[in-house]
Amino acid sequence: MKPPPFTHHACRSVEEALGLLDADPDGSKVISGGQSLVPMMNLRLASPAHLVDLNPIPGLNGIDVGRGTLTLGATARQHAVERSADVTAAAPLLTAALAHVGHPQIRNRGTVVGSICHADPAAEMPAVFLTLGGEVTAQSAAGTRSIAAEDFFDSYLTTALEPNEIATAVTFNTPNGSSGWHFEEVTRRHGDFAIIGVVALLTLADGRISDARLTIFGGAATPVRLPAVEQLLVGVAAGDVDADLLAQAAREASAALRPGDDIHASGDYRRHVAGVLTARGIRTSLERASARA
Amino acid sequence: MATNPKQVVTLTVNGEAHEVLIEGRRTLADVLRENVGLTGTKLGCEHGVCGACTVLLDGSAVRSCLIFAVQAEGAEIATVEGLAEDGKLDHVQQAFTDNHGLQCGFCTAGMLMSVHALLAENPDPTEDEIRVGLNGNLCRCTGYQNIVKSTAAAAAAGKAARSSAQAS
Ligand SMILES: Cc1cc2nc3c(=O)[nH]c(=O)nc-3n(C[C@H](O)[C@H](O)[C@H](O)COP(=O)(O)OP(=O)(O)OC[C@H]3O[C@@H](n4cnc5c(N)ncnc54)[C@H](O)[C@@H]3O)c2cc1C
Ligand code: FES
Ligand code: FES
Repeated sequence: MKPPPFTHHACRSVEEALGLLDADPDGSKVISGGQSLVPMMNLRLASPAHLVDLNPIPGLNGIDVGRGTLTLGATARQHAVERSADVTAAAPLLTAALAHVGHPQIRNRGTVVGSICHADPAAEMPAVFLTLGGEVTAQSAAGTRSIAAEDFFDSYLTTALEPNEIATAVTFNTPNGSSGWHFEEVTRRHGDFAIIGVVALLTLADGRISDARLTIFGGAATPVRLPAVEQLLVGVAAGDVDADLLAQAAREASAALRPGDDIHASGDYRRHVAGVLTARGIRTSLERASARA
Repeated sequence: MATNPKQVVTLTVNGEAHEVLIEGRRTLADVLRENVGLTGTKLGCEHGVCGACTVLLDGSAVRSCLIFAVQAEGAEIATVEGLAEDGKLDHVQQAFTDNHGLQCGFCTAGMLMSVHALLAENPDPTEDEIRVGLNGNLCRCTGYQNIVKSTAAAAAAGKAARSSAQAS
């Protein structure tokens, strides 16, 4: 199908974009990569009167590695982030996850920030953001605020952003010290959204797990951390993570989720696989962390 | 209801400038086909899934159904029509012809553009890399085996052409 009429605004500055949004917050949509918004417009699931295009704004596509942080500008394309050696060095988990976002042709255009703003519960980038932690820089005509990763995802395709706000950048906390990670998802075909997936990040200090962060995506209306599993792990010596503990972690992960049935999989299947992936996430993260320690 | 003004947009397609008068809502695919008259680019799904509409935008393979033509102003657009020179197929097209890489041909324009982008980034891909590079292009006819074979043949032809250019 074809999209309904709208006025396209090729913005030259963030201020121009903010002014347009402020003038008609409910009738306007921000477009960055357009790889989620344009399908919705073509299917007439979205019909903004004004399309506020961030692409022409100079300098908004930054990829900046700082001390313990990685900041991506609103128009940094998924492909550019995937190919950045600096990103791979700072956050290999992000690079690994990006290879699973759609297809090369989608990543050439789509942005990491746009994917986080779109907040599809089965998408990879929101889950990576929630696992690493960090903040969204949200600007409106009224000013700038930071929204922490754990406060950002409200529900299915819904975030803490107000209609007149633009996420000008997302900052990820990059793991330091002896940490290890795992990313895995189950899909019908490579490039599909996940039926269910896990992102894990474990940090070791003096041979014990000092920090545990586990996120399941595709299992609820947002990506979800697994506090019960994380509590089970923190303080445990790496050598004491045995089959019993992994089985218990898998049970806790499954118990934390109530996914529904859809054409791709039943809720029971998703719950079961979430447990299996959680156990694998812990095992592989520990192996990686131990190898670095 | 939004007003629906038209604007003049200059698109550079296969090295040639085209001035078109279009609404903002027209996708690049539709404008290429209907205003510029280049119907080699096909539309299958119009929501990013099938890859039939793949063109190169400044050298990167993208979905022309997910970009508005107004957004492509100033970019170099390459479509299937720009591949052959003086009626002679380029090495990727020739490899698809030689290896039965198409049947009905509906997916072929998108495949060829994706193969060009893949080989530009990775001139000597493994079979796995070919499959991953083309996983965003659907074909209902061939079963993909011959598309993978054609792509490997195109890579080999490109390599041979590069080494003979170096030798001479
Ligand atoms: C065939 C296909 C397969 C795909 N497969 C996957 C997949 O497997 N996994 C996956 O995660 N994604 C997938 N995607 C989606 C893709 O990753 C998108 O690029 C991404 O979800 C959205 O990023 P975008 O930059 O294209 O955003 P857009 O489409 O431009 O915008 C998406 C939404 O976010 C809002 N928005 C965008 N940027 C901002 C901003 N800076 N501030 C405020 N609001 C903003 C827009 O208003 C819109 O509502 C797929 C897409 C297609 C077409
Ligand atoms: S028509 Fe563009 S991807 Fe199918
Ligand atoms: S040759 Fe018919 S769709 Fe590919």
